[in-house]
Amino acid sequence: MNETLAETPVNENTSKTTFGFWLYLMTDCVLFASLFATYAVLRNNTFGGPGGGELFSQPVVLTETIILLTSSFTCGLAVLAARANNKRQMLFYFGLTFLLGATFLFMELSEFRSLVIEGNSWRRSGFLSAFFTLVGTHGLHITVGLIWIAVMMIRTLKMRGRKFSETSLKRLLMLSMFWHFLDLIWIFIFTFVYLMGGVQL
Amino acid sequence: MLGRLNLEAFQHDMLQTGGVVTLLVIGLGAVGALTYFKKWRWLWTNWLTTLDPKKIGVMYLLVATGMLLRGVMDAAMLRGQQALSSGANQGFLDSSHFQQIFSAHGTIMIFFVAMGFMFGLINLILPLQIGARDVAFPFLNSVGFWLFTAGMLLINASLIVGEFAAAGWLSYPPLSGLEYSPGVGVDYWIWSLQIAGVGSLLAGINFIVTILKMRAPGMTLMKMPIFAWSVLDAMILVAFAFPILTVTLTLLALDRLIGTHFFTSSFGGNPMMYINLIWAWGHPEVYILILPAFGVFSEVVATMSKKRLFGYKSMVYALGAITLLSFLVWLHHFLTMGAGANVNAFFGIMTAIIAVPTGVKVFNWLLTMYRGRIHLHSPMLWFLGFVVTFTIGGAAGVLMSVPAIDFQVHNSLFLVAHFHTMIIGGVLFGYFAGFTYWFPKIFGFKLHEGLGKCAFWLWFSGFILAFVPLYILGLMGATRRLDHYDASMGWQGLFIVAGIGVVLILAGIGFQVLQLIVSIGMRKWNRDISGDPWDGRTLEWSVPSPAPVYNFAIQPTVDDRDPFWATKQAANKPTKPKYTDIEVPRNTGLGIIIGGFAFLVGFGFIWHIWWLAILGILGVITTVIIRTTDEHPEYTITAKEVARIEAEAKSRYA
Repeated sequence: MNETLAETPVNENTSKTTFGFWLYLMTDCVLFASLFATYAVLRNNTFGGPGGGELFSQPVVLTETIILLTSSFTCGLAVLAARANNKRQMLFYFGLTFLLGATFLFMELSEFRSLVIEGNSWRRSGFLSAFFTLVGTHGLHITVGLIWIAVMMIRTLKMRGRKFSETSLKRLLMLSMFWHFLDLIWIFIFTFVYLMGGVQL
Repeated sequence: MLGRLNLEAFQHDMLQTGGVVTLLVIGLGAVGALTYFKKWRWLWTNWLTTLDPKKIGVMYLLVATGMLLRGVMDAAMLRGQQALSSGANQGFLDSSHFQQIFSAHGTIMIFFVAMGFMFGLINLILPLQIGARDVAFPFLNSVGFWLFTAGMLLINASLIVGEFAAAGWLSYPPLSGLEYSPGVGVDYWIWSLQIAGVGSLLAGINFIVTILKMRAPGMTLMKMPIFAWSVLDAMILVAFAFPILTVTLTLLALDRLIGTHFFTSSFGGNPMMYINLIWAWGHPEVYILILPAFGVFSEVVATMSKKRLFGYKSMVYALGAITLLSFLVWLHHFLTMGAGANVNAFFGIMTAIIAVPTGVKVFNWLLTMYRGRIHLHSPMLWFLGFVVTFTIGGAAGVLMSVPAIDFQVHNSLFLVAHFHTMIIGGVLFGYFAGFTYWFPKIFGFKLHEGLGKCAFWLWFSGFILAFVPLYILGLMGATRRLDHYDASMGWQGLFIVAGIGVVLILAGIGFQVLQLIVSIGMRKWNRDISGDPWDGRTLEWSVPSPAPVYNFAIQPTVDDRDPFWATKQAANKPTKPKYTDIEVPRNTGLGIIIGGFAFLVGFGFIWHIWWLAILGILGVITTVIIRTTDEHPEYTITAKEVARIEAEAKSRYA
């Protein structure tokens, strides 16, 4: 058979893994799409309860959004630092990302908490069920991201030598893809749930 | 402490006790045999911890076979009840049992038999066929399998602890909601499918990357075997459809666990949304099952006719068209919902259009046979049986795509007969053909042909007897899921004929089991010493049987659509091979551990044992983190060792 063909490199591990991770993100996208569709169907089914316009506080949500967008920026800086093998800078920026992510999560949970206390929990109406599930699923992803960031930071702290291995760089790249992806989903939530919900009434 | 689990969960009547005893006897028997023959270590190191896709494939097939036996016993009970239960006779099942049995039958057959056979065959053959040494993510493959198995164990646990769902195989709300199904049955259904579904999603991603990134040099997409194409399309469907299933099941679980109102009848819930969501997954799902079966048939027909597959390109485009269309037809499962004439017309037309690419495929297969040198081995018999049944079932499907007709036969036995024709006559026959065809490549010996042919004829005639009466009954007005009917309906005769058909199918399965036992007993005489027992065309036949752990000692290159056939035709003198070191993944027990934790998560949520569910979740997370600490999960087989293994295989040729 063809000799020259045999000499071309067959495959690379890195490209397989990042491609696989992209595919995973796409399936996650379908998952969120289903939740968005569910929300779209149920958003007016308030069953006599309050709608989005009465419940959402735009300034709080805007703050959340800015925090999350900033965390995406620091996450990008962290990956650049890791590429430059600058361990301290990488830890600093990932630490910042973690703090921003945790603040976002805390604000989201406080919003949930006050809604529940006011008697507007997911049990109140189909609309609120869909709201809590869609936003909560995003929050769950953020939680997973925070665990991941923590694990990568601990690994980096324990790492001997100054250079990041190819595997760690690959993982950091996937982590940042994941984090940016969550940012993107949040933009959609911000638009469809909070902005359009506010306009509705 | 134990949620709602109490002693009542273990109380069963006679019939269930029979099932429990059977399961326990099989389980304890296996444990006893393993201990007696001191095989635990062998089982752990050779099978449970393996990352070799060929072995994972065999385990998939084992699970699927076990579940097939259970599912077919359910079917026999259903048809037995219907044959007896007319007029004054109430049969031997009460209606609550009957409902649990048909729910379990459908769930098991789709998720654990058809999916199991599909992933089994893909694992066995796909890497070999595209000239790859492994799948893209071997560990993910093992996790996928063990999640599948955890789901399977949960569904069987429902037989022993508690009860199973009685709301049909797709558990439509509001019937499956808390109000009408307060027991654990629906929860068993949700969590076993949720866990197995995540496993399927992981497997889907894995195989897409394997196919797109790991093909042998020279194998462009348009030189890829049709089986690989069909798997690629099916796995794309998996990646798009299974997240929808995950969401749907989660929403139903939330309704039942924390009182949300997605699918409830009040508080602004919308039950029809569930039915839309579940079929947005469910319709692609049936194509996920059938596309690889189409792929198998394409390989079998070309090999057994000694001809290049007719219309390769049209085959590829037809597969692509089916993949696309399968997302545009879900509403035909509930044309009676009342979406209006225009919506129904759209989905009706889309459904009818699917018959076009499918028809293209059937004609391509027939034209492959035309003027070929046809060898009627048993895989070919399954194919010919498939052409007959699939054409009947397909015609019935086109008929039902007309909304006006669908209103007449909706939820009747006509529909039941239609989808069984597609799934038995299409999916199952396909996987049986593939199993017989590729068996020697994995195990190194052929299955007994005579017994295989007997099994085919029993299956085929049993199938006709069991399902043609259902078409007629459906047109006579018999609805599905009836556990009793009035004698004046005049249905009993046809139900008895259907029951006889089931007996023939049971006999067919008996012959398949016998075939397996006899073939294993006779393996010294049936040995496949050539590595190419059917005079094959694709790469998997170019390596010795059974295929070595690294698949290919030397990375093959490809410049033909039937590369192995071309090599054989050219008949070049073999040059002395130059072996190199090969890296293969080390075994790891972390896959089965993740499966075990996932089982605990499911069991905890089903019985409201919250600490157990949390423990399971933490366990899964920890195990994944532990796995990522291993930066070099491969070991090397040295060139010398490769040379030794290859020489040993060669010596068997002589």
